[in-house]
Amino acid sequence: MQITVTVNGAPTTRDVEPRLLLTHFLRDELRLTGTHWGCDTTNCGACVVRLDGVPVKSCTVLAVMADGAAVDTVEGLAHGAELDPVQEGFVTCHGLQCGFCTPGMLMTTRALLDREPDPSPATIREAISGQICRCTGYENIVRSVRWAAEKQHTAEVAP
Amino acid sequence: MQVPAQFAYEKAATVDEALALLARHGPESLVIAGGHSLLPMMKLRLAEPSTLVDINGLAELAHIRVAGDEVRFGALVRHAALLASPVAREHFPILTDAERVIADPIVRNRGTVGGSLCQADPSEDLSAAFSALRASVVIRSAGGERVVPVREFHRGPYETAVEHGELLVEVRVPIRPGIGSAYLKVERRAGDWAVASAGAVISLEGDTVRDVGIGLSAVGAPHFVAPEAEDALRGGPATDEAFAAAGRVAAEHCSPSADQRGPVDYKRHLVSELVTRTLRQATARARGED
Ligand SMILES: Cc1cc2nc3c(=O)[nH]c(=O)nc-3n(C[C@H](O)[C@H](O)[C@H](O)COP(=O)(O)OP(=O)(O)OC[C@H]3O[C@@H](n4cnc5c(N)ncnc54)[C@H](O)[C@@H]3O)c2cc1C
Ligand code: FES
Ligand code: FES
Repeated sequence: MQITVTVNGAPTTRDVEPRLLLTHFLRDELRLTGTHWGCDTTNCGACVVRLDGVPVKSCTVLAVMADGAAVDTVEGLAHGAELDPVQEGFVTCHGLQCGFCTPGMLMTTRALLDREPDPSPATIREAISGQICRCTGYENIVRSVRWAAEKQHTAEVAP
Repeated sequence: MQVPAQFAYEKAATVDEALALLARHGPESLVIAGGHSLLPMMKLRLAEPSTLVDINGLAELAHIRVAGDEVRFGALVRHAALLASPVAREHFPILTDAERVIADPIVRNRGTVGGSLCQADPSEDLSAAFSALRASVVIRSAGGERVVPVREFHRGPYETAVEHGELLVEVRVPIRPGIGSAYLKVERRAGDWAVASAGAVISLEGDTVRDVGIGLSAVGAPHFVAPEAEDALRGGPATDEAFAAAGRVAAEHCSPSADQRGPVDYKRHLVSELVTRTLRQATARARGED
Protein backbone atom coordinates (compact mmCIF):
# COMPACT_ATOMS: atom_id res chain seq x y z
CA MET A 1 0.00 0.00 0.00
CA GLN A 2 1.32 3.44 -0.88
CA ILE A 3 1.70 5.92 1.97
CA THR A 4 3.03 9.45 2.22
CA VAL A 5 4.39 10.52 5.58
CA THR A 6 5.98 13.88 6.26
CA VAL A 7 9.12 12.78 8.06
CA ASN A 8 11.06 15.58 9.74
CA GLY A 9 9.39 18.03 7.39
CA ALA A 10 9.97 16.14 4.14
CA PRO A 11 7.06 14.35 2.44
CA THR A 12 8.17 10.76 1.90
CA THR A 13 6.29 8.22 -0.20
CA ARG A 14 6.82 4.46 0.05
CA ASP A 15 5.01 1.26 -0.79
CA VAL A 16 4.62 -0.76 2.42
CA GLU A 17 2.86 -3.81 3.78
CA PRO A 18 0.02 -2.86 6.16
CA ARG A 19 1.66 -4.91 8.90
CA LEU A 20 4.86 -2.84 8.86
CA LEU A 21 5.28 -1.07 12.19
CA LEU A 22 6.23 2.59 12.22
CA THR A 23 9.53 1.85 14.01
CA HIS A 24 10.62 -0.47 11.21
CA PHE A 25 9.37 1.91 8.54
CA LEU A 26 11.66 4.57 9.96
CA ARG A 27 14.63 2.32 10.69
CA ASP A 28 14.58 -0.14 7.79
CA GLU A 29 12.80 1.67 4.95
CA LEU A 30 14.11 5.18 5.61
CA ARG A 31 17.34 4.17 7.38
CA LEU A 32 16.58 6.61 10.18
CA THR A 33 18.10 4.43 12.87
CA GLY A 34 18.09 7.16 15.52
CA THR A 35 14.70 5.83 16.61
CA HIS A 36 15.57 2.82 18.71
CA TRP A 37 13.73 -0.42 19.01
CA GLY A 38 13.89 -2.08 22.40
CA CYS A 39 11.24 -4.14 24.12
CA ASP A 40 8.77 -4.49 21.23
CA THR A 41 6.03 -4.64 23.91
CA THR A 42 5.10 -0.95 24.35
CA ASN A 43 6.93 -0.74 27.66
CA CYS A 44 10.39 0.77 27.23
CA GLY A 45 9.82 3.94 25.17
CA ALA A 46 13.07 3.67 23.18
CA CYS A 47 10.93 3.94 20.03
CA VAL A 48 9.10 7.19 20.88
CA VAL A 49 8.60 9.57 17.96
CA ARG A 50 6.11 12.41 17.47
CA LEU A 51 3.04 11.70 15.37
CA ASP A 52 1.42 15.02 14.44
CA GLY A 53 3.31 16.45 17.39
CA VAL A 54 2.15 13.85 19.92
CA PRO A 55 4.72 11.44 21.40
CA VAL A 56 3.81 7.82 20.60
CA LYS A 57 5.50 4.44 20.93
CA SER A 58 6.23 3.69 17.28
CA CYS A 59 6.53 -0.07 17.87
CA THR A 60 2.78 0.00 18.47
CA VAL A 61 1.66 2.12 15.53
CA LEU A 62 1.35 0.81 11.98
CA ALA A 63 3.18 2.78 9.33
CA VAL A 64 -0.06 2.90 7.32
CA MET A 65 -1.73 4.64 10.28
CA ALA A 66 0.77 7.49 9.78
CA ASP A 67 -0.27 7.98 6.16
CA GLY A 68 -0.91 11.70 5.66
CA ALA A 69 0.56 12.59 9.04
CA ALA A 70 3.75 14.29 10.20
CA VAL A 71 6.32 12.14 11.99
CA ASP A 72 9.24 13.73 13.80
CA THR A 73 12.24 11.71 14.89
CA VAL A 74 15.43 12.49 16.76
CA GLU A 75 17.18 13.12 13.44
CA GLY A 76 15.03 16.22 12.98
CA LEU A 77 15.76 17.80 16.36
CA ALA A 78 18.91 19.76 15.58
CA HIS A 79 18.73 22.83 13.37
CA GLY A 80 21.66 22.20 11.06
CA ALA A 81 24.78 22.17 13.22
CA GLU A 82 22.94 23.76 16.12
CA LEU A 83 21.64 21.31 18.71
CA ASP A 84 18.18 21.63 20.17
CA PRO A 85 18.26 22.85 23.80
CA VAL A 86 17.15 19.40 25.04
CA GLN A 87 20.06 17.78 23.21
CA GLU A 88 22.43 20.36 24.68
CA GLY A 89 20.93 19.74 28.12
CA PHE A 90 21.50 15.98 27.90
CA VAL A 91 25.11 16.59 26.84
CA THR A 92 25.79 19.20 29.50
CA CYS A 93 24.12 17.41 32.43
CA HIS A 94 25.10 13.84 31.51
CA GLY A 95 21.51 12.84 30.74
CA LEU A 96 22.80 9.69 29.06
CA GLN A 97 25.36 6.96 29.43
CA CYS A 98 24.82 4.19 26.87
CA GLY A 99 22.34 6.34 24.93
CA PHE A 100 19.85 3.62 24.12
CA CYS A 101 16.89 5.37 25.72
CA THR A 102 18.04 8.84 24.66
CA PRO A 103 16.22 9.36 21.33
CA GLY A 104 12.89 8.52 22.97
CA MET A 105 13.69 10.66 26.01
CA LEU A 106 14.61 13.59 23.77
CA MET A 107 11.39 13.38 21.75
CA THR A 108 9.20 13.14 24.86
CA THR A 109 10.94 15.97 26.66
CA ARG A 110 10.90 18.19 23.55
CA ALA A 111 7.12 17.67 23.37
CA LEU A 112 6.85 18.40 27.11
CA LEU A 113 8.72 21.72 26.78
CA ASP A 114 6.61 22.71 23.77
CA ARG A 115 3.53 22.26 25.93
CA GLU A 116 4.93 23.34 29.27
CA PRO A 117 8.06 25.49 29.03
CA ASP A 118 8.79 25.48 32.78
CA PRO A 119 8.00 21.98 34.11
CA SER A 120 8.73 21.00 37.71
CA PRO A 121 10.94 17.97 38.36
CA ALA A 122 7.77 16.05 39.30
CA THR A 123 6.16 16.92 35.97
CA ILE A 124 9.28 15.82 34.11
CA ARG A 125 9.32 12.50 35.98
CA GLU A 126 5.66 11.92 35.15
CA ALA A 127 6.24 12.76 31.47
CA ILE A 128 9.06 10.20 31.12
CA SER A 129 7.41 7.55 33.30
CA GLY A 130 6.61 5.41 30.26
CA GLN A 131 10.27 5.20 29.33
CA ILE A 132 12.98 3.07 30.83
CA CYS A 133 16.58 4.11 31.35
CA ARG A 134 18.87 1.43 32.69
CA CYS A 135 21.89 3.71 33.12
CA THR A 136 21.29 7.13 34.59
CA GLY A 137 18.89 6.53 37.44
CA TYR A 138 16.82 9.35 35.85
CA GLU A 139 18.31 12.10 38.07
CA ASN A 140 20.48 13.49 35.32
CA ILE A 141 17.68 13.25 32.78
CA VAL A 142 15.51 15.45 34.99
CA ARG A 143 18.44 17.88 35.38
CA SER A 144 19.00 17.89 31.62
CA VAL A 145 15.39 18.83 30.93
CA ARG A 146 15.46 21.56 33.57
CA TRP A 147 18.67 22.85 31.98
CA ALA A 148 16.95 22.96 28.58
CA ALA A 149 13.93 24.78 30.05
CA GLU A 150 16.16 27.42 31.59
CA LYS A 151 18.26 27.78 28.48
CA GLN A 152 15.15 28.35 26.36
CA HIS A 153 13.83 30.85 28.85
CA THR A 154 17.10 32.81 28.79
CA ALA A 155 17.16 32.70 25.00
CA GLU A 156 13.63 34.09 24.89
CA VAL A 157 14.19 37.01 27.26
CA ALA A 158 17.54 37.91 25.71
CA PRO A 159 17.34 40.92 23.35
CA MET B 1 11.16 -9.38 16.32
CA GLN B 2 7.39 -9.59 16.64
CA VAL B 3 5.57 -9.28 13.33
CA PRO B 4 1.81 -9.46 12.90
CA ALA B 5 0.34 -11.86 10.34
CA GLN B 6 -0.68 -10.27 7.06
CA PHE B 7 -3.93 -8.37 6.81
CA ALA B 8 -5.64 -5.83 4.61
CA TYR B 9 -6.04 -2.27 5.84
CA GLU B 10 -8.88 0.20 5.37
CA LYS B 11 -9.29 3.66 6.76
CA ALA B 12 -12.82 4.83 7.57
CA ALA B 13 -13.77 8.51 7.53
CA THR B 14 -17.22 8.18 9.12
CA VAL B 15 -19.09 5.77 11.38
CA ASP B 16 -21.28 4.69 8.48
CA GLU B 17 -18.24 3.98 6.34
CA ALA B 18 -16.63 1.96 9.14
CA LEU B 19 -19.80 -0.14 9.50
CA ALA B 20 -19.95 -0.69 5.74
CA LEU B 21 -16.28 -1.76 5.66
CA LEU B 22 -16.82 -4.23 8.52
CA ALA B 23 -19.82 -5.67 6.69
CA ARG B 24 -17.94 -5.94 3.41
CA HIS B 25 -14.86 -7.60 4.91
CA GLY B 26 -16.75 -10.14 6.95
CA PRO B 27 -16.42 -11.68 10.39
CA GLU B 28 -12.61 -11.87 10.38
CA SER B 29 -12.24 -8.09 10.13
CA LEU B 30 -11.60 -5.96 13.20
CA VAL B 31 -11.75 -2.31 14.16
CA ILE B 32 -8.50 -0.67 15.22
CA ALA B 33 -8.62 2.41 17.47
CA GLY B 34 -5.47 3.25 19.46
CA GLY B 35 -4.15 -0.21 18.63
CA HIS B 36 -2.43 -0.44 22.01
CA SER B 37 -4.19 -3.64 22.95
CA LEU B 38 -4.84 -5.04 19.49
CA LEU B 39 -1.37 -4.58 17.94
CA PRO B 40 0.43 -6.28 20.86
CA MET B 41 -2.00 -9.21 20.44
CA MET B 42 -1.41 -9.28 16.69
CA LYS B 43 2.35 -9.23 17.20
CA LEU B 44 2.00 -12.32 19.39
CA ARG B 45 -0.40 -13.82 16.81
CA LEU B 46 -3.09 -14.00 19.47
CA ALA B 47 -5.19 -12.04 17.00
CA GLU B 48 -5.03 -12.53 13.23
CA PRO B 49 -7.69 -10.31 11.65
CA SER B 50 -8.10 -10.54 7.88
CA THR B 51 -8.72 -6.79 7.65
CA LEU B 52 -8.24 -3.86 9.97
CA VAL B 53 -10.70 -1.00 9.77
CA ASP B 54 -8.93 2.08 11.13
CA ILE B 55 -11.32 4.42 12.96
CA ASN B 56 -8.74 7.01 14.04
CA GLY B 57 -10.11 9.44 11.47
CA LEU B 58 -13.60 9.47 13.01
CA ALA B 59 -13.53 13.00 14.46
CA GLU B 60 -17.25 12.60 15.23
CA LEU B 61 -16.31 10.15 18.02
CA ALA B 62 -13.73 12.30 19.83
CA HIS B 63 -16.13 14.46 21.84
CA ILE B 64 -16.69 14.99 25.55
CA ARG B 65 -19.85 17.01 26.01
CA VAL B 66 -22.68 17.68 28.42
CA ALA B 67 -26.07 16.79 26.93
CA GLY B 68 -28.97 17.46 29.30
CA ASP B 69 -28.39 15.49 32.48
CA GLU B 70 -25.58 13.32 31.21
CA VAL B 71 -22.03 13.59 29.96
CA ARG B 72 -21.26 11.87 26.66
CA PHE B 73 -17.80 10.52 25.92
CA GLY B 74 -17.04 9.56 22.32
CA ALA B 75 -15.44 6.15 21.81
CA LEU B 76 -12.35 7.75 20.28
CA VAL B 77 -11.56 9.98 23.27
CA ARG B 78 -7.92 9.22 24.11
CA HIS B 79 -6.94 8.45 27.68
CA ALA B 80 -4.88 11.67 27.68
CA ALA B 81 -7.92 13.74 26.68
CA LEU B 82 -10.08 12.17 29.40
CA LEU B 83 -7.34 12.81 31.98
CA ALA B 84 -7.17 16.48 30.94
CA SER B 85 -10.95 16.98 30.67
CA PRO B 86 -12.33 19.69 33.01
CA VAL B 87 -15.85 18.28 32.48
CA ALA B 88 -14.76 14.85 33.70
CA ARG B 89 -12.91 16.33 36.66
CA GLU B 90 -15.88 18.46 37.68
CA HIS B 91 -18.55 15.75 37.50
CA PHE B 92 -16.67 12.46 37.81
CA PRO B 93 -13.27 12.76 39.53
CA ILE B 94 -13.26 8.93 39.60
CA LEU B 95 -12.42 9.07 35.87
CA THR B 96 -9.60 11.56 36.38
CA ASP B 97 -8.23 9.43 39.24
CA ALA B 98 -8.38 6.31 37.07
CA GLU B 99 -6.77 7.94 34.06
CA ARG B 100 -3.86 9.16 36.15
CA VAL B 101 -2.91 5.52 36.81
CA ILE B 102 -3.77 3.88 33.47
CA ALA B 103 -0.60 2.84 31.66
CA ASP B 104 1.87 5.71 31.10
CA PRO B 105 1.57 9.16 29.46
CA ILE B 106 2.77 7.95 26.03
CA VAL B 107 0.39 4.99 25.93
CA ARG B 108 -2.38 7.35 27.09
CA ASN B 109 -1.73 9.49 24.01
CA ARG B 110 -2.98 6.60 21.84
CA GLY B 111 -5.30 4.33 23.81
CA THR B 112 -9.01 5.19 23.65
CA VAL B 113 -12.06 4.92 25.88
CA GLY B 114 -13.88 2.72 23.36
CA GLY B 115 -10.89 0.45 22.78
CA SER B 116 -10.45 -0.03 26.50
CA LEU B 117 -14.07 -1.04 27.08
CA CYS B 118 -14.16 -3.28 23.99
CA GLN B 119 -10.89 -5.00 24.84
CA ALA B 120 -12.54 -5.99 28.15
CA ASP B 121 -9.28 -7.01 29.71
CA PRO B 122 -10.09 -8.31 33.23
CA SER B 123 -7.57 -5.77 34.61
CA GLU B 124 -8.94 -2.84 32.65
CA ASP B 125 -9.51 0.25 34.80
CA LEU B 126 -12.12 2.31 32.92
CA SER B 127 -14.56 -0.61 32.95
CA ALA B 128 -14.50 -0.55 36.74
CA ALA B 129 -14.83 3.24 36.88
CA PHE B 130 -17.73 3.39 34.39
CA SER B 131 -19.44 0.45 36.13
CA ALA B 132 -19.23 2.25 39.47
CA LEU B 133 -20.83 5.27 37.72
CA ARG B 134 -23.60 3.11 36.19
CA ALA B 135 -22.78 4.43 32.74
CA SER B 136 -24.38 3.22 29.51
CA VAL B 137 -22.71 2.52 26.21
CA VAL B 138 -24.14 3.24 22.80
CA ILE B 139 -23.58 0.55 20.17
CA ARG B 140 -24.26 1.29 16.53
CA SER B 141 -24.83 -1.17 13.72
CA ALA B 142 -26.12 -0.84 10.19
CA GLY B 143 -29.61 -1.44 11.62
CA GLY B 144 -29.46 1.41 14.15
CA GLU B 145 -28.42 2.14 17.68
CA ARG B 146 -28.90 0.43 21.03
CA VAL B 147 -28.03 1.57 24.53
CA VAL B 148 -26.64 -1.03 26.93
CA PRO B 149 -25.97 -0.48 30.64
CA VAL B 150 -22.24 -0.90 31.17
CA ARG B 151 -23.04 -3.44 33.89
CA GLU B 152 -24.49 -5.67 31.17
CA PHE B 153 -21.83 -4.86 28.59
CA HIS B 154 -19.14 -7.30 29.64
CA ARG B 155 -19.90 -10.94 28.89
CA GLY B 156 -16.64 -12.20 30.38
CA PRO B 157 -12.91 -11.71 29.88
CA TYR B 158 -12.30 -10.15 26.44
CA GLU B 159 -15.99 -10.52 25.56
CA THR B 160 -18.58 -7.77 25.28
CA ALA B 161 -22.04 -7.02 23.92
CA VAL B 162 -20.47 -5.58 20.74
CA GLU B 163 -21.17 -8.05 17.93
CA HIS B 164 -19.24 -8.27 14.70
CA GLY B 165 -20.15 -5.43 12.39
CA GLU B 166 -20.95 -3.10 15.27
CA LEU B 167 -19.17 -0.12 16.76
CA LEU B 168 -19.18 1.23 20.25
CA VAL B 169 -19.72 4.93 19.58
CA GLU B 170 -20.31 6.58 22.94
CA VAL B 171 -20.32 6.20 26.71
CA ARG B 172 -22.99 8.12 28.62
CA VAL B 173 -22.77 8.93 32.30
CA PRO B 174 -25.70 10.42 34.21
CA ILE B 175 -24.94 13.64 36.12
CA ARG B 176 -26.25 13.29 39.67
CA PRO B 177 -25.94 16.40 41.80
CA GLY B 178 -24.20 15.88 45.13
CA ILE B 179 -22.34 12.68 44.27
CA GLY B 180 -18.73 12.10 45.18
CA SER B 181 -16.39 9.62 43.53
CA ALA B 182 -12.83 8.32 43.68
CA TYR B 183 -10.55 5.60 42.23
CA LEU B 184 -7.44 3.93 43.61
CA LYS B 185 -5.12 1.31 42.20
CA VAL B 186 -2.16 -0.64 43.51
CA GLU B 187 0.47 -1.39 40.88
CA ARG B 188 3.91 -2.96 41.13
CA ARG B 189 5.59 -0.14 39.25
CA ALA B 190 4.64 3.04 37.41
CA GLY B 191 2.52 2.33 34.34
CA ASP B 192 1.81 -1.32 35.09
CA TRP B 193 -1.57 -3.02 35.13
CA ALA B 194 -3.30 -3.19 38.50
CA VAL B 195 -2.59 -5.76 41.18
CA ALA B 196 -6.04 -4.64 42.32
CA SER B 197 -8.05 -1.48 41.94
CA ALA B 198 -11.34 -0.06 43.18
CA GLY B 199 -13.60 2.87 42.48
CA ALA B 200 -16.50 4.27 44.48
CA VAL B 201 -19.38 6.62 43.69
CA ILE B 202 -21.58 7.76 46.55
CA SER B 203 -24.57 10.01 47.11
CA LEU B 204 -25.62 11.02 50.61
CA GLU B 205 -28.75 12.14 52.36
CA GLY B 206 -27.40 13.81 55.46
CA ASP B 207 -25.25 11.09 57.00
CA THR B 208 -27.04 8.25 55.25
CA VAL B 209 -25.89 6.53 52.08
CA ARG B 210 -28.63 7.19 49.52
CA ASP B 211 -26.93 5.27 46.74
CA VAL B 212 -23.52 3.82 46.01
CA GLY B 213 -21.61 2.22 43.14
CA ILE B 214 -18.47 0.17 43.71
CA GLY B 215 -16.23 -0.92 40.83
CA LEU B 216 -13.38 -3.43 41.03
CA SER B 217 -10.72 -4.43 38.55
CA ALA B 218 -8.14 -7.22 38.26
CA VAL B 219 -9.80 -9.33 40.96
CA GLY B 220 -12.32 -11.40 39.03
CA ALA B 221 -15.42 -9.40 39.96
CA PRO B 222 -18.21 -10.16 37.44
CA HIS B 223 -19.05 -7.01 35.44
CA PHE B 224 -16.32 -5.18 37.39
CA VAL B 225 -18.69 -4.49 40.31
CA ALA B 226 -19.21 -5.39 43.97
CA PRO B 227 -23.03 -5.57 44.29
CA GLU B 228 -22.99 -7.26 47.73
CA ALA B 229 -20.94 -4.42 49.19
CA GLU B 230 -23.24 -1.86 47.54
CA ASP B 231 -26.28 -3.57 49.12
CA ALA B 232 -24.58 -3.63 52.50
CA LEU B 233 -24.10 0.14 52.42
CA ARG B 234 -27.26 1.46 50.77
CA GLY B 235 -29.60 3.10 53.27
CA GLY B 236 -27.10 2.75 56.11
CA PRO B 237 -24.80 5.22 57.83
CA ALA B 238 -21.91 6.81 55.91
CA THR B 239 -19.28 6.05 58.53
CA ASP B 240 -15.72 4.72 58.43
CA GLU B 241 -16.93 1.55 60.16
CA ALA B 242 -19.59 0.95 57.50
CA PHE B 243 -17.02 1.58 54.75
CA ALA B 244 -14.59 -0.90 56.32
CA ALA B 245 -17.36 -3.47 56.59
CA ALA B 246 -18.26 -2.92 52.90
CA GLY B 247 -14.58 -3.40 52.03
CA ARG B 248 -14.61 -6.77 53.78
CA VAL B 249 -17.77 -7.81 51.93
CA ALA B 250 -16.25 -6.84 48.58
CA ALA B 251 -13.06 -8.74 49.40
CA GLU B 252 -15.02 -11.84 50.31
CA HIS B 253 -17.16 -11.87 47.15
CA CYS B 254 -14.58 -11.17 44.45
CA SER B 255 -12.49 -14.01 42.96
CA PRO B 256 -8.89 -12.96 42.42
CA SER B 257 -6.37 -15.43 40.98
CA ALA B 258 -2.82 -15.91 42.13
CA ASP B 259 -0.31 -14.74 39.52
CA GLN B 260 2.99 -12.90 39.24
CA ARG B 261 1.29 -9.82 40.70
CA GLY B 262 0.49 -11.54 43.97
CA PRO B 263 -1.32 -14.29 45.88
CA VAL B 264 -5.07 -14.40 46.46
CA ASP B 265 -5.09 -13.36 50.13
CA TYR B 266 -2.97 -10.29 49.34
CA LYS B 267 -5.35 -9.25 46.56
CA ARG B 268 -8.36 -9.68 48.85
CA HIS B 269 -6.61 -7.54 51.44
CA LEU B 270 -6.05 -4.86 48.79
CA VAL B 271 -9.72 -4.95 47.75
CA SER B 272 -10.85 -4.49 51.33
CA GLU B 273 -8.49 -1.57 51.87
CA LEU B 274 -9.06 0.11 48.48
CA VAL B 275 -12.85 -0.10 48.73
CA THR B 276 -12.72 1.41 52.22
CA ARG B 277 -10.44 4.23 51.14
CA THR B 278 -12.28 5.11 47.92
CA LEU B 279 -15.59 5.20 49.84
CA ARG B 280 -14.02 7.56 52.36
CA GLN B 281 -12.59 9.80 49.67
CA ALA B 282 -15.78 9.76 47.60
CA THR B 283 -17.73 10.76 50.72
CA ALA B 284 -15.33 13.60 51.49
CA ARG B 285 -15.79 14.83 47.91
CA ALA B 286 -19.59 14.53 48.12
CA ARG B 287 -19.41 16.73 51.23
CA GLY B 288 -17.17 19.20 49.44
CA GLU B 289 -14.33 18.50 51.87
CA ASP B 290 -11.83 17.37 49.23
C1 LIG C 1 2.16 -0.87 28.25
C2 LIG C 1 0.67 -0.80 28.42
C3 LIG C 1 0.13 -0.63 29.70
C4 LIG C 1 -1.24 -0.56 29.88
N1 LIG C 1 -1.71 -0.39 31.15
C5 LIG C 1 -3.06 -0.29 31.34
C6 LIG C 1 -3.60 -0.10 32.65
O1 LIG C 1 -2.88 0.03 33.63
N2 LIG C 1 -4.94 -0.04 32.78
C7 LIG C 1 -5.78 -0.14 31.71
O2 LIG C 1 -6.98 -0.07 31.90
N3 LIG C 1 -5.31 -0.31 30.47
C8 LIG C 1 -3.97 -0.38 30.25
N4 LIG C 1 -3.48 -0.57 28.99
C9 LIG C 1 -4.42 -0.71 27.86
C10 LIG C 1 -4.66 0.63 27.20
O3 LIG C 1 -5.54 1.36 27.99
C11 LIG C 1 -5.21 0.42 25.79
O4 LIG C 1 -5.07 1.60 25.11
C12 LIG C 1 -6.66 -0.01 25.74
O5 LIG C 1 -6.88 -1.23 26.39
C13 LIG C 1 -7.14 -0.28 24.34
O6 LIG C 1 -7.49 0.90 23.71
P1 LIG C 1 -7.12 1.08 22.19
O7 LIG C 1 -7.83 2.30 21.73
O8 LIG C 1 -5.67 1.05 22.02
O9 LIG C 1 -7.84 -0.19 21.52
P2 LIG C 1 -7.40 -1.13 20.31
O10 LIG C 1 -6.17 -1.86 20.64
O11 LIG C 1 -7.43 -0.36 19.05
O12 LIG C 1 -8.64 -2.12 20.29
C14 LIG C 1 -8.88 -3.05 21.33
C15 LIG C 1 -10.06 -3.94 20.94
O13 LIG C 1 -11.27 -3.19 20.91
C16 LIG C 1 -11.86 -3.18 19.61
N5 LIG C 1 -12.36 -1.82 19.43
C17 LIG C 1 -11.66 -0.66 19.59
N6 LIG C 1 -12.47 0.41 19.45
C18 LIG C 1 -13.71 -0.07 19.18
C19 LIG C 1 -14.99 0.54 18.96
N7 LIG C 1 -15.15 1.88 18.99
N8 LIG C 1 -16.04 -0.25 18.72
C20 LIG C 1 -15.89 -1.61 18.69
N9 LIG C 1 -14.72 -2.24 18.91
C21 LIG C 1 -13.64 -1.49 19.17
C22 LIG C 1 -10.78 -3.62 18.67
O14 LIG C 1 -11.31 -4.28 17.55
C23 LIG C 1 -9.95 -4.55 19.55
O15 LIG C 1 -10.54 -5.81 19.58
C24 LIG C 1 -2.11 -0.65 28.77
C25 LIG C 1 -1.59 -0.82 27.49
C26 LIG C 1 -0.22 -0.89 27.31
C27 LIG C 1 0.32 -1.06 25.94
S1 FES D 1 10.30 -0.78 21.55
FE1 FES D 1 8.51 0.43 21.61
S2 FES D 1 8.14 0.67 23.71
FE2 FES D 1 9.91 -0.62 23.69
S1 FES E 1 21.37 5.96 28.91
FE1 FES E 1 21.48 3.82 28.87
S2 FES E 1 19.39 3.28 28.96
FE2 FES E 1 19.32 5.38 29.32
